[in-house]
Amino acid sequence: MAKVLMKGNEAMALAAIKGGCDAFFGYPITPQNELPEYLSYHMEQYGRVFVQAESEVAAINMVYGAAGSGARVLTSSSSPGIALKQEGISYMVGSELPGVIINVMRGGPGLGGIQPSQADYNQITRTGGNGDMKVLSFAPENLQETVNIVKESFALADYYRNPVMIAVDGLLGQMMEPVDMDQPVETREVPPKDWAATGEAAKRGKRNTIVSLHLDPYKLEEHNLNLQAKYTKMIENEQRYELINMDSEPEIVLVAYGSMARIARSAIDALKDEGIEVGMIRPISLFPYPQKAFDALSEKTKTLLTLEMSLGQMLQDVRLASNGKHRIEFFGRTGGVVPETDEIVSKVKAIMKEAV
Amino acid sequence: MNKTTEKLIVAGFGGQGVMLLGQIISYTATEASLNTVWIPSYGPETRGGTANCSVIVSKESINSPVVSECDTLIALNEPSLKKFESKVRQGGTIIVNAGLVKEYSYRDDVTVYPVDASKIALEIGNLKTVNMVALGVYLGATGLFTSDAIEKTFEKIFTGSKEKLIDINKQALKSGIEAAQA
Amino acid sequence: MNTKTIYQPNTGLTDRDFTYCPGCTHGIIHKLIGEVLVEKGLIDQAIGVASVGCSVLSYEFFNCDMQQAAHGRAPAVATGIKRVRPESAVFTYQGDGDLASIGLAEVVHAAHRGENMTVIFVNNAIYGMTGGQMAPTTLIDQKTTTSPIGRKKVGAGEPIRVSEMLAAVPGATYLERVSVHDPKHIRKAKKAIEKAFDVQMSKQGFSMIEFISTCPINWGMNPNDSLNWAVENMIPYYPLGVYKDATKEGGDE
Repeated sequence: MAKVLMKGNEAMALAAIKGGCDAFFGYPITPQNELPEYLSYHMEQYGRVFVQAESEVAAINMVYGAAGSGARVLTSSSSPGIALKQEGISYMVGSELPGVIINVMRGGPGLGGIQPSQADYNQITRTGGNGDMKVLSFAPENLQETVNIVKESFALADYYRNPVMIAVDGLLGQMMEPVDMDQPVETREVPPKDWAATGEAAKRGKRNTIVSLHLDPYKLEEHNLNLQAKYTKMIENEQRYELINMDSEPEIVLVAYGSMARIARSAIDALKDEGIEVGMIRPISLFPYPQKAFDALSEKTKTLLTLEMSLGQMLQDVRLASNGKHRIEFFGRTGGVVPETDEIVSKVKAIMKEAV
Repeated sequence: MNKTTEKLIVAGFGGQGVMLLGQIISYTATEASLNTVWIPSYGPETRGGTANCSVIVSKESINSPVVSECDTLIALNEPSLKKFESKVRQGGTIIVNAGLVKEYSYRDDVTVYPVDASKIALEIGNLKTVNMVALGVYLGATGLFTSDAIEKTFEKIFTGSKEKLIDINKQALKSGIEAAQA
Repeated sequence: MNTKTIYQPNTGLTDRDFTYCPGCTHGIIHKLIGEVLVEKGLIDQAIGVASVGCSVLSYEFFNCDMQQAAHGRAPAVATGIKRVRPESAVFTYQGDGDLASIGLAEVVHAAHRGENMTVIFVNNAIYGMTGGQMAPTTLIDQKTTTSPIGRKKVGAGEPIRVSEMLAAVPGATYLERVSVHDPKHIRKAKKAIEKAFDVQMSKQGFSMIEFISTCPINWGMNPNDSLNWAVENMIPYYPLGVYKDATKEGGDE
């Protein structure tokens, strides 16, 4: 199919429709507003559900309700709004309900700012919800990848019976790029939702309850062990990453995701022009973190330079993934400041100087 | 397109059609199967204050979407000129809406096209076409796209109640191209 | 031998033993809802939303599909359910801490949007499950564990009258406050529940039935005294009756 020029937020909205989203519940917040705005008109055209909720808290609980009765559901928000949604996300994980959450990240803490940021890394990977919970999460770098992941995510959420979060920074939400909305994506065999509370107890022959409450600690522990087994399966099957310029087994390897990875690509090209080869691991899945990419690093790689639009959040995962095998360096900007290519180039050169 | 990559910043007052100007270039690039990225400034500053967007058009895949140094600046007013002038690379191009700029000492290492786009737009009969006059100047100055290609984009995006705007915008585009070549 | 059925178990409820304290009126209210769902033939298309508080386990008791909601969020959860399952009979079952305190925004906005659902609101003027703390509905001078010398207007405000408040919300269709302190009122309460589900199944919008209820344990009274206390103290402040009827057959507000 021909590519069309679309704004990130609108492209994600259309991708959700194409991915089979039955219902959307959300609350306005910059910089993701074009997403619900688009759906407010188009969901009705497809005979699907759109509700502007009274708050982020209500929105995620509507998601919880609709997912509990078997629908494919989406909500979207930005960092402080995602913090408010953590209650409902925890209930969804606890009740093993699928659902898709799009987070168009902005600067924090508190009200922070509205410019692009990646400072939700911990909120995404550690989650802000209570309990031993995990959310399958992806951080694409351009609109084509974003659209494809949004389309795929509904089946992924159903497959694992767990929320999926797609995290992009405000830059990806606001930018326009040509995208092919109809690129084929991976599909999954999803078992029928015989667990859903659909209001058909008689037809089913038993009543279904959607619950995260287990007052018996042994039962709750058992439930948690089952959830852990599911997270382990995600770690085995869902690690996604891209390796860039790694053929020369470079001594310095950058680690960056999302918009930051694109800026880092420009830095790699600029360094190449000067005869300096650096590689990059670009995590696409944030949870599970792409440990496999680090395990496969060449002996020749000595230094990992973590790049973030936040101040050392993914850095912790890079340290864990390296497990002491590399010198770990860091460069980050935050608060909505988007770094320029030159800043990364300078940082790499400074590391090389120190290493000599 | 007559070069590998073009990086552009468009800036002006909110309401001057800065965003649309940038988008039309990206739409036209998409139609030509080129890579492109359009990034707006967003937030409260765009509500009546200054607005700007950046556009990259390239035959190669676009890595960093951030324009830290541009080939061309289109400044529709003086504050925008002052704010973004330093971002233009040596040998680059500045297109400026000269009617809204008082005495100004331009950089001497860039090519400047001072055109009173507001005046031309008023002569055409609609001040709102100032952005398309500037786009015309840009085409005339850089030859990035043909006016046919841009006019096709007009026909694609001005639909429904906006269809009636196509002719006046074509006229504005033409006047801009002529002004650049004068 | 000639036998005559004079009473049958309520198939609208499961076989699970209630977890409610002796003398508490939750049991009566559960039974009425179960009966109405069965008698109206709705039990097999019902989806109930349990809340947080004493009735947190109500998903174990109603004999239909159930979903358990976070504290106060039941009307939002029910909104999600009803929007994707518009043919279902959707109800929430919430106490006064859940609905009138932490969940006030959710119930007001569900009413405001005219969500086609039924809210069962059980008001016993106290937090029961957590051990007798002051609720927004606690009466002036009523002693609780967080108002040990009695609730004072200064600092705690006056008790919230939810039915009266929601009557001012344009989107609400049917609002009635009932009591279950004697058989006559129990019969009346059942009629109110019937009406609420009729409103929902005829797609006329948001309905809420508020129940004046008791909490013998946290009020520190025996069940009989509790019922008397509710009649003497709660009903004067929370008068029974229909607060809004914007149904086609009602019309009178």
